[in-house]
Amino acid sequence: MEMEVLKYLGAGLTTFGMLGAAIGVGLVFAAMLNGIARNPSAEPKLAKYVYIGAGLAEAMGLFALVIGLILIFAV
Amino acid sequence: MSAGGGHGPLHQFVISPMAEMHIGGMDVSFTNSSLFMVLAISLVTFFLVGGMRKQALVPGRWQSMAELTYEFIANMIKDNVGTEGRSYFPFIFSLFMFILVCNLLGMVPYSFTVTSHIVVTFAFAFLVFLGVTVIGFVKHGLGFFKFFLPDGTPWWMAPLMIFIEVVAYLARPISLSVRLAANMMAGHTMLKVIAGFVIGMGWALGWLPFALLTILVGFEIFVAILQAYIFAILVCVYLNDAIHMH
Repeated sequence: MEMEVLKYLGAGLTTFGMLGAAIGVGLVFAAMLNGIARNPSAEPKLAKYVYIGAGLAEAMGLFALVIGLILIFAV
Repeated sequence: MSAGGGHGPLHQFVISPMAEMHIGGMDVSFTNSSLFMVLAISLVTFFLVGGMRKQALVPGRWQSMAELTYEFIANMIKDNVGTEGRSYFPFIFSLFMFILVCNLLGMVPYSFTVTSHIVVTFAFAFLVFLGVTVIGFVKHGLGFFKFFLPDGTPWWMAPLMIFIEVVAYLARPISLSVRLAANMMAGHTMLKVIAGFVIGMGWALGWLPFALLTILVGFEIFVAILQAYIFAILVCVYLNDAIHMH
């Protein structure tokens, strides 16, 4: 198989990286819902960390996207 | 995707010079990226200077908003760095406001997102990383290397731990920069791709991707503000690591 075909195959495979990010973000928000259900008055404190955690987890999935873009456009 | 003279979804990231300038063989043209950086700084300066013009004891609306942004960052620094972080407030405030306004300016149609280019975000992240490392060495001297060996590790795990900690420390500027650039670039590319669907699906079904586009624009504005906040708060966390080790 030539380089072109392998490039696009590789770029398609990097989409599996989003799987981990999606599960991670889901876990963060599941933990927040659990925390608010057990202690509703802790909501402002929890909300502060939730967005930071979701942003950090989402970034990992975007790193996979960057690899895909590098494969398509810069290899 | 580019039918009949249109542009592809990645055309929005092209940097085009607006006023060519060359100094000694180096290309220092004023580009559309520079234009939006100047616009961002002008907006922030106008917002803050204009807001504080009255200096009333009971603030009006504009002054209230300027004071809100000040307090937001001041509290963030106080929570994450402590009282020694006070002297770094101007830097973190400027960084946060610039990234926030650059991100939000990118949401205006037909505009250019400065922070979607890895070179811009890497410049920010690298400067922060360099500054934080220098601050760590100035404050603790060579004892800063103790940062890489957490307390209580057994002696036989020390080499592996040091290696892992150093690699994680060096990954900080890369993750910081790529997080911001990838979020901005991916969001805008997705918006343009779905916008292409609106035209492509014609009159009958075109409203479906249009509704999705509306929701996504709202989400992208949220992501723009959130990513600026995450950048600023991670800078505070790294500063805290350097000033009070662990």
